[in-house]
Amino acid sequence: MAAPLLRVEDLRTQFFTSRGIVHAVDGISFNVNRGETVGIVGESGSGKTMTAFSILRLVPDPGRIVSGRILFKDQDVVQMNDDDVREFRGNDVAMIFQDPMTSLNPVTKVGTQIDEAMTAHERFSKKEAQARIIPLLQQVRIPEAARRAQDYPHQFSGGMRQRAMIAMGLSNEPELLIADEPTTALDVTVQAQIIQLLKQLNRDVGAAIILITHNMALVASLCQRIIVMYAGRIVEEGPVEQIFDSPQHPYTWSLLRSVPRVDVARAERLVSIKGLPPDLVRLPPGCKFHPRCRFKIEKCEREEPPLEEVAPNQVARCWVMMRNVAQEQREETKAGEVSREAATELKQAGSG
Amino acid sequence: MKVAEAPPSTERRVDPVILRVDNVYKHFPVGGLGGGAVRAVDGVSFEIRRGETLGLVGESGSGKSTLGRVITALHPASGGHVFFEGKDVTKLRGGKLRQIRRQLQIIFQDPFASLDPRMTVGEIIAEPLDNYGLARGRQRQLRIQELLRVVGLNPNFTNRYPHEFSGGQRQRIGIAKALALNPSLIVCDEPVSALDVSIQAQIINLLQDLQREFNLTYLFIAHDLAVVRHISNRIAVMYLGKIVEIADRLDIYDRPQHPYTSALLSSIPVPDPRREANREPIPLKGEIPSPVNPPSGCRFHTRCPIARVPGVCSEIEPPLVAHGRPGQVAACHFAGELSARSATEAGLPSA
Ligand SMILES: Nc1ncnc2c1ncn2[C@@H]1O[C@H](COP(=O)(O)OP(=O)(O)OP(=O)(O)O)[C@@H](O)[C@H]1O
Ligand SMILES: Nc1ncnc2c1ncn2[C@@H]1O[C@H](COP(=O)(O)OP(=O)(O)OP(=O)(O)O)[C@@H](O)[C@H]1O
Ligand code: SF4
Ligand SMILES: [Mg+2]
Ligand SMILES: [Mg+2]
Repeated sequence: MAAPLLRVEDLRTQFFTSRGIVHAVDGISFNVNRGETVGIVGESGSGKTMTAFSILRLVPDPGRIVSGRILFKDQDVVQMNDDDVREFRGNDVAMIFQDPMTSLNPVTKVGTQIDEAMTAHERFSKKEAQARIIPLLQQVRIPEAARRAQDYPHQFSGGMRQRAMIAMGLSNEPELLIADEPTTALDVTVQAQIIQLLKQLNRDVGAAIILITHNMALVASLCQRIIVMYAGRIVEEGPVEQIFDSPQHPYTWSLLRSVPRVDVARAERLVSIKGLPPDLVRLPPGCKFHPRCRFKIEKCEREEPPLEEVAPNQVARCWVMMRNVAQEQREETKAGEVSREAATELKQAGSG
Repeated sequence: MKVAEAPPSTERRVDPVILRVDNVYKHFPVGGLGGGAVRAVDGVSFEIRRGETLGLVGESGSGKSTLGRVITALHPASGGHVFFEGKDVTKLRGGKLRQIRRQLQIIFQDPFASLDPRMTVGEIIAEPLDNYGLARGRQRQLRIQELLRVVGLNPNFTNRYPHEFSGGQRQRIGIAKALALNPSLIVCDEPVSALDVSIQAQIINLLQDLQREFNLTYLFIAHDLAVVRHISNRIAVMYLGKIVEIADRLDIYDRPQHPYTSALLSSIPVPDPRREANREPIPLKGEIPSPVNPPSGCRFHTRCPIARVPGVCSEIEPPLVAHGRPGQVAACHFAGELSARSATEAGLPSA
């Protein structure tokens, strides 16, 4: 097998705040192969965006990468000088942000911005760059591309702006595209267009994609492999079908059952993950998920489990593993979060 | 404990109609000389029965929130009637309107923006009680604590401020406030959209529990069709200020009659890699048109994959009439034409 395009090794990114050190990314390692689509999922604050920002060396103050290596084609991004990093960004890798309006310049025409993205990196001559703008916009399905290239971002709809961002990201033919929640703010029908576009990119251009999202359905749609993050670490990783069929970490398992689905006939009660996300300044001892875990054993409170192979290419970080949890134990013990007593009381009080 | 099951699709609810929306309009004048208006809600009619959840879906800007605000009397209607328990909300003024508003509550999308940061949780929850002079002193305090408990929050939180809570907790505070006056109908306007997935399930389960306990009626607005399908008995689909289809929750996914519904459903990715490999979304042309100048005839004709244009679709507005299963209505000259195709292409099981 060819060497991976990207190798992240024991990456740690921390924020130095008055409250203490925020362990945003806490020792993660993973690879991305050429032409592969990898999904990173996990709840808000689990470190997905900071992982991406670390890869691009865009970690904002008061944060910084404190240790680890990020090898892009064997070059360590962490050690690059500023010039090399600028070359690397937007030339070898491109990022699509959640909110396209913040990353498009409101006072510059869309076509001009794409042109500038290309000429800044000198991969294409001025003339070549000029000639590429309209085909790029057509590739991302902007209708009447020639006319629309003359528009300003505010004249585009939300979906069109997102597509323009993608066109800009693609302009230098990067080998790696990082998409951070690319469809969250969009309507379903526009979402569908963006998904199609990313699929097509991956297939036709062969670009590797890291897709960051909290939407499991999106991962199922686009990715070959999935990385599940919790509290700045990877808690499970594996081929997408395997993870969906038999997730081993209780967090992955719960995540898959906490969203209603349109493709399942019976509506069951949703599995809710009790409690709150962890405080990354004061992480609990043992398994970081244990305060919220319904399947924990005593050891989980003391010792942090390692990432362990559970199936070919699938690893999980858990002392229990879902395959060892009996069916009856999986069902939620408490049907409601509203206690019956309290409800009756309320009814009585209310009628008074 | 047994998992809760949704009522089977064949069950026709017999509960009395609690809300009847009759040809409601809401237009917002646009500034300037043209004298035009944003036709946010443009002739909408439907009914909700007591204890039922009607889901409302549609693209951004289709008029869902505006409709929710007209129903809860937060916006005056520009035309039409809203009958709540037989009384026309749009005709009531003063004391009578205040009395009916007690029954009609709304939960907003953004748990961060909708709570006053300078008020304590207790003050926020008791605000409706105070407005109606319903509870004082110890009674009031007890009621606040009960409401907190009902939504799964610690009753000792009374003196804390909203910023001390997470998004999910704040949404619970908003729900407690909406429950304070014992409403019969609650408009839930995207109540979980701003929350993390792990928290969404908590709130959805809570809303379902409360509905059972208090026989609440919900109009549940959301853009996430999976969430809507999970919680609703019936689902209404809005497009550019109009309802284009209403059907039982299972029928609408099984046999959508309107091509917009079909397109919307085929667009949703499902959390199943094998199904995803075969799902083919029905593409919609172009962008959503402006609600100031909606297209002639059927207002979906500019994007419809089966429109006859020029022809009946661009000339005659299709009425919302019975198509498909009992109780299902759709506004399309060629209703049902896309449904068989979409059902198989989307890989949706016949539920
Ligand atoms: N400027 C900052 N100062 C302090 N802490 C920060 C800062 N930026 C991010 N963090 C912390 O780093 C952690 C990881 O944040 P990150 O943005 O990577 O989360 P995420 O997984 O992308 O979440 P989301 O799904 O909400 O986008 C969070 O707990 C956050 O509080
Ligand atoms: N107060 C207002 N003044 C003028 N126009 C308004 C006002 N409120 C809403 N609109 C317009 O009415 C239309 C419907 O808006 P509404 O908020 O009801 O849509 P929605 O379906 O709730 O969308 P979303 O899914 O984005 O919440 C939009 O075009 C909107 O810009
Ligand atoms: S009436 Fe015509 S244009 Fe409108 S949805 Fe039906 S087929 Fe399409
Ligand atoms: Mg993020
Ligand atoms: Mg709205």
